[in-house]
Amino acid sequence: MQKLTLNGSKPTRFGFGEGLVTLGERYDNVVVLGGDITGSVMTSLFKEKFPDRFFSIGIAEQNATTIAAGLALSGKIPFFASYGAFCALRNADQLRISVCYNEANVKIGGGHAGISVGPDGATHQVLEEVAFLRTLPHMTMLVPCDYTETLKATIAMGEKNGPAYVRFGRSPVPLFTTADTPFEIGKAQVFREGNDVAIVACGAMVWEAMLAAEELAKRGIQARVINSPSIKPFDVQTITDAARECGAIVTAEEHQIHGGLGAATAEVVAKNAPAPIEFVGVKDSFGGSGEPEELMRLFGLTWKEIYASALKAMERRDKGSSGYRQVRDVEQYIGA
Amino acid sequence: MNFDFTTTTFDNRRHSADELAVIAKEIRQDIIKMLAIAKSGHSGGPLSSADIFAVLYFNGCMNYDSQNPAMPGRDRFILSAGHMCPVQYAALANAGFFPKEELATLRQYNTRLQGHPARDMGLPGIETSSGSLGQGISVAVGMAMSDKLLDKNNACVFALTGDGELQEGSVWEAAMAASNFGLDNFCWIIDNNDCQIDGRLRDVMNVYPIVDKCVSFGFDVVECNGHNFDELAAAFDAFKKNHAGNSGKPTAIIANTKMGRGVSFMEDSYKWHGMPPNSEQAVQALKDLA
Ligand SMILES: [Mg+2]
Repeated sequence: MQKLTLNGSKPTRFGFGEGLVTLGERYDNVVVLGGDITGSVMTSLFKEKFPDRFFSIGIAEQNATTIAAGLALSGKIPFFASYGAFCALRNADQLRISVCYNEANVKIGGGHAGISVGPDGATHQVLEEVAFLRTLPHMTMLVPCDYTETLKATIAMGEKNGPAYVRFGRSPVPLFTTADTPFEIGKAQVFREGNDVAIVACGAMVWEAMLAAEELAKRGIQARVINSPSIKPFDVQTITDAARECGAIVTAEEHQIHGGLGAATAEVVAKNAPAPIEFVGVKDSFGGSGEPEELMRLFGLTWKEIYASALKAMERRDKGSSGYRQVRDVEQYIGA
Repeated sequence: MNFDFTTTTFDNRRHSADELAVIAKEIRQDIIKMLAIAKSGHSGGPLSSADIFAVLYFNGCMNYDSQNPAMPGRDRFILSAGHMCPVQYAALANAGFFPKEELATLRQYNTRLQGHPARDMGLPGIETSSGSLGQGISVAVGMAMSDKLLDKNNACVFALTGDGELQEGSVWEAAMAASNFGLDNFCWIIDNNDCQIDGRLRDVMNVYPIVDKCVSFGFDVVECNGHNFDELAAAFDAFKKNHAGNSGKPTAIIANTKMGRGVSFMEDSYKWHGMPPNSEQAVQALKDLA
């Protein structure tokens, strides 16, 4: 397995913008629709390079989504990007009917994901869209972990026929995968071997999971870290293997704990290999203004919560089902 | 009760007003039979727009090939008001896209004639799924952009919305874009029957004046009697002229119609918006239409 090391930090949205340019160079029928925040979601790179294939739709996400469906039904590969709050939820019905029911080859780039958006506050920090998108038939839903993986995910979804969505963030996040790190839609990758507990993470929480695993190793606990960028289709085999071989699971995502990666994992584990699961994510609340790192700390989205959750999940496993009431709250494991 | 369908089909060429009336009558009879067999579906809108469909599909207005429905460079028609699909299904069958006997399967399990148009069921001539109001017109704008701005071909895109549908805000996002991109290959048809499920438009949510709104959104507007074949034909001719002359403006045809047109007890009654006739009512309706 490749040894992953920190190589600075970079926003994932850069990977999306550069991926679009690569697709534009490869395919004449790739077109991009703008929603007025093209510099922010980096579609401006494509606009500069391919002005004839860029269309500004203005602040009208429902229209942009359905126009994209019309372009796709006419043989184009349209990308529309905005903030996830507006291009996954405001246009939810358009995604459901004109994109997914039509099986239209529409690609959506959803930026400003999670609370790491920072100062803009709750309206712009989308924390719910994964739950919606993974219930849509025909949809592919990707949450890559860093800049490099976002670049790969963007190109991969452009080259796969059918509706697809990629989730990315605003702020710089750790860069640690490389051109050689495998990426495939529908596949999760084991980023760190271990059989004591499994940590399933996506997005920026993958690096936090790696840090948690380092800390756990200091206590002699070998955690398996699984990067699961493909929320849908979901890698059932890798998750099932982890549940069978580790018997205790932690999920970590910058999203509501309801309906996202944690729920996808729980559905697989409950069906194939029941095991205790602890969920790290935003706990049924909206975000708020603040600095990105400050918010991640205050909302409990760091390696510490993953570390504590791993200890708790293992304790639940070891005490058996009768012992789960006796285990401590996650907070009590921090610093334990 | 005999609700069998005829095997009559019609050509897509210039027809006289009298000939178009015969075609529209056949479409309306098919609609009544379909709804009576299905015991479910919308009567009002399909009957109000049947004359529009007669001109659209059977007067050389739209370039299509019923034997090659995916023909590259074809003109497209999008039914944004998806609940009105019985009229489109009837028009497609009368144009030879599929056998007319299939009209009897409306709304049955696994039918290609779903309760609202379903592209994935593969009915020839259905370009997009629709039924969630306000979306089809945007899809049509996307197709018109593809034709005019990317493929740079001569194809036209027609989209029909209801009038109640104009209450969906995204309709006006689509209208804004059609004008913004100078889509003179785009023709928006509004079936203005002044009825929606709950009542008259003014009583539910006033959308009037429609003509002024379309003008201010940058359309060339043609208002016409949606039951007068000469006026309808002239309206589509005006659109074709705009397109041929590269006017840079989309066209809106506002067809003033009556809900339930042609059936005495349905005409101009919003109560028939979402209801099918029962067997006895269907027999009466077919008599009215004969
Ligand atoms: Mg109406």
